[in-house]
This record gives sequence, structure tokens and C-alpha cells, in this order.
Amino acid sequence: MIKSGSEKSNATEIDVEAIRRRKRLLEALKKSVSFVFLSIGAVTMVAPFLWMLVTSLKEPGQVFSYQRAWIADWVPTSFVWKNYVKAWQVVPFARFYLNSIFVAVLTTAGQVFTSSMAGYAFARLKFPGRDKLFFGYLMTLMIPGAVTMIPNFILLRWLGWIDSYKALILPGIFTAYGTFMLRQFFMTLPRDLEDAAKIDGCSYFGIFWRIILPLSKPALATLTTFTFMGTWMNFMWPLVVVNSQEKFTLPVGLSYFQSMHHTDWTVLMAGSVMMLAPILIVFIFNQRYFVEGIKLTGIKG
Amino acid sequence: MTGIADLKSEKKIAQIEAERKIKVGLKDSTKEALTAYCFLAPNFLGFLVFTSLPVFASLALSFVRWDLLSAPVFVGMQNFVDLIRDQHFWKFCWNTVYLMLGIPVGMVGSLAVAMAMNQKIKGIVFFRTAYFLPTISSGVAIFILWRLIYNPDFGFFNFLIRSFGDLIHVPLNGPSWLTDERWAKPALIILGLWQGIGGHNMILYLAALQGIPNHLYEAADIDGANGWQKFWAVTWPMISPTTFFIAIMSIIGGFQAGFDAAYIMTGGGPNGSTTTVMYYIYNNAFQWFNMGYAAAISWFLFTIVFLFTLFYWHFGGRVVHYD
Repeated sequence: MIKSGSEKSNATEIDVEAIRRRKRLLEALKKSVSFVFLSIGAVTMVAPFLWMLVTSLKEPGQVFSYQRAWIADWVPTSFVWKNYVKAWQVVPFARFYLNSIFVAVLTTAGQVFTSSMAGYAFARLKFPGRDKLFFGYLMTLMIPGAVTMIPNFILLRWLGWIDSYKALILPGIFTAYGTFMLRQFFMTLPRDLEDAAKIDGCSYFGIFWRIILPLSKPALATLTTFTFMGTWMNFMWPLVVVNSQEKFTLPVGLSYFQSMHHTDWTVLMAGSVMMLAPILIVFIFNQRYFVEGIKLTGIKG
Repeated sequence: MTGIADLKSEKKIAQIEAERKIKVGLKDSTKEALTAYCFLAPNFLGFLVFTSLPVFASLALSFVRWDLLSAPVFVGMQNFVDLIRDQHFWKFCWNTVYLMLGIPVGMVGSLAVAMAMNQKIKGIVFFRTAYFLPTISSGVAIFILWRLIYNPDFGFFNFLIRSFGDLIHVPLNGPSWLTDERWAKPALIILGLWQGIGGHNMILYLAALQGIPNHLYEAADIDGANGWQKFWAVTWPMISPTTFFIAIMSIIGGFQAGFDAAYIMTGGGPNGSTTTVMYYIYNNAFQWFNMGYAAAISWFLFTIVFLFTLFYWHFGGRVVHYD
């Protein structure tokens, strides 16, 4: 009786051990399959960028004489930096660069400034009509850009602002999206500190400046990154409101460059590399803000 | 005498205090509201000028004919009547919907990548960066790069196809992608998949997967469920709100998409096969200066987006499982 009982427990022990081992094996198998799958995907994602970089370093003739050998085509035999130099010379690339930086920095600063103030008012202050107004802001989030773009163009034309920096910058500053995002974040902050500050006689602006903003660095960084990159990449609006070369931003300049030198692939790729480089650098250093920003609102900027 | 005086002064003090209280009380809430308006003002004024009023202006525009040179002419519903009869418009609508075929494929891809990334494997930061690169670098530079990739003679795609042909000793030649009416749309879809799979949707799926409580999987283990069963019984229902959200957002985005890529890569061609609704609005407004007609098309777009948003609000809590 006793013997058979111990045998039984022994058997279950072995069973449990075997199940555990199998589970661990399955887990390891799952991980390796995932790893292989992700690696293949990662190569697919990165390969076009490498192709771009390699092409930008080739002699112009090398692009056309494609080789069937795999390696030979991927390793540039010579590093032809002159494609980059040429990109700067053929079109006023430096000018496009400066324009893009100027527009992106001002738009971002303006948006973070006005959105954080409005977001604070919606999140913390009581005033008549607050909820209705906020609902109005929310509603505009779903309006397609095409709807407001046409009247905005007509308005700027009427003001005589077409082909100016004002036209490039101003409409991008006041977005419902930034206000909405920061309001959502401010709502999650604990109120204790503010209450204490209020008792100590701190003004609303003091609370905003000394408590809310410092506590909201991650959200502000997210909005800054989203807005900067969105403005840097924006193509349609600059294309619509700007028509002289001195006001072109990088995307419009690059598109113009393409229309002029349709088949000058090495120089085109050099220009593309230069347009993407700052964005890739910003992204690699601010990665976590991206992920947080996407999780916070679910929508992209 | 003194007693009465005392009483009087006491009364007075109480009165003064009460008055002060009311005054201060009023002042506090008024002050708060005034402060709030000051905080709102910069954003609100700009919002009014560049977002709110243009919406109404756009609606008004859709009832006029206006080339910006002569005076606008009121035409009533004519723009909308023209729109319904416009063969081109319906073709471009079809193009836009066709290009959305990539959405379900992309969602499956995003979910697969998110599930693989949820395994706590090594090099996760590298993978996340690599998958996100195409999304964040979307823009003119990428479209020019993909024009080269799709080049029939020395592009990367046909290079791969030819090399594969060499490998199996069959002479294979790829299509001419962007200049072939049959292949231009699939080419744009492939580009969209490359850009989108590792992007926002993947992050949303990853967050949803991480939010599934582990005890549900443990319970499934005890019931002896295999991986496939666990996916359909636990994972899929738990992430269905995310799936629904992504699907609706992608459709809303899909109706407004397609301008940048088509403008750079195909110019809307060949034979209008990559012109989307958004591209048609651009052409009407800023190439042909049919401001009223363009506004009418933009309101058609708005109506569709609005309907899908309503659909989301209405069914968001019903067709999906919320824990």
C-alpha cells in the first residue's frame, strides 16, 4: 500500500519534470523561430537603405551596368564622395536644408508652446464652456487635411503670404492634436503638488511653469519629436504654398531636383541620404518617446 | 450705549467679512476663468483661423464655381451633381480602395512581428529600430529610392528576379512596375507594406499583447490548449479592440492617402492608374484651380471619414471584446 503510494508520487514527479522539459524546449523553439523570422524581416527593412547608401557612393555609370554577381553589386569599388558635392552644387541644397531646419524648429516650438498652454487650461482650469470647446477640438481631429487646406490656401493668398515662411510655418503651429495629447498627459499627473503650491500662494502660471511642465518632460519630448519629424517630412503643404526655389524645403527641393535630373541616380541618392540622415539620428536617440507617444494616443502625429 | 455700539460694530465686521468672502469667492472663479482664457488664447485663435473657420469656408466653397481669377459664382449643388457624373472621379475612388488592399495584409504582418517581438528575445532594441526605420523615414527621399528599386532595367526588384532566374536556369524578367498599368498599384501596395508593417500598428499590437494577463494563458495551459488554440481563444479576443481600432484608423487614413508617393513615383499614372482621391483634389485645386469642385470632393472625403468614425463610436464597444 505504502510502496505503491510512493511509486505513484514518483511517477507524477517524473511526469512533471518531463512536461517542464518539454515546455522549456517548446519555449526555446518558439524563441528561435521568432528570432529567425525577425531577422529575415529586419534584413528586408534595412536592405533598401543600404542600397541607397551604396548607390550614392557609385560612379554614375556603375548604376546602369548592373552585374549578376551578388557581392560585386553591393560593395562599392570606389567611394565617390563627389555625388554629395554635386548634390550641393547642382541645386541650392544648403538653402533647402536651412529652410527645412528653420521651418521645422519654429513650427515645433510654436506648437509645443501653444499646445501645452491650451492643454493645461483644458486639463486643470475651470471655465465656462470648457467641455463644449474641448469637444469641438476633438471633433476637428477627424477632419481630413484636404478640407481645410483649400480655404487656408485661399486665405494666405488673400493675405499675400503665398511663397513666404509665414505660409510654411503658421498653419502648422495650432493643432488640435498637440493640445489633445498634452491634455491627456496632464490629466494623469497627481494634483497634490499643485494643491500645495496653491496654498503657498503660487499663481496659475507659476504652477504651469514650475510644476506641470517639468513633470511632463516625456510628453513634451514626444510631441517635439513627432512635430519636428512631421514638419521635416511634410511635402504637400510646402508644395502648395511655395513656388520660388529660395523658399523650398528639403522634400520640395528634392522633388524639384528629381524633375530636373531624372536619371542622375547617384546624385539623387546622395540627396536622399542627406535628407534622411538628421531624421534617422533624431529617431535613434529618441526612440522610446516614439513608442510612448504612440501608446498614449494611438494615432500618429 | 456702548453695548449698542459694540453690537453695531460687530455686525459691521461680520458684514464686511461676509462681503469680502463673496468678493474673494467671485474673484477666485472669475480669476481662474480669465487665466484659462489667457492660456487658451494663442492656441484657440490660431485654431479658429486655420482649422475651425476653414471647415465652414470649405463647405461654402463647395457651392460655388471659382478659379480665383474671376468672381466666384454660386452654382448650388452643381459641383456635387458633376461629381456623381464624373467618370474620372469614380475611377480614382476605385484606385484609392484598391490601394487599401494592403491594409489587411499589413495588419497580419504587424501582428506577426509584434508576437515575435513579445518573446523576450535578444537584440529586441535592434529589431525595433530596424522595423521602425521605414515608417519614420517615409517621405520624398524614400519614394525616390523606391523609384530606383522599381526601375525595370537596373532596379533592385528585377535584379532579384533575374538572379532567381539564373539560379533555376530559367530566364526571368520582372515587369516594368511603375510604368505598367497592371503593376503600378501592386508596386505602391508593396511599398506601403514595407513602410507600415513595423510601424505604429506593430507598436499598438505589442502594447495590447503585453496587456494580456498571464493567468489567462496559464488557465489555457491547464486545459491542455495548444499554441494555435491559445491564440484563437485568448490572444485574438483580447486584442480585438486594438484590431478594430487599427482597422478603422487605417481605412480612414487610406481614403486620404496616396498623394506623396504617387506624385513622386508615377505622377498619378500610367493612365491615371495611381491617381487617388487626394491626388484628384490636389489637381483640381492647385493645378486647374477648380476651387469649388475640389472643395466638393474634399467634403465627399469628409463624409466617408465621418461615417467610419461614427461606425467606430457605435460599434467600438460591441463587436469587440473588452476585458
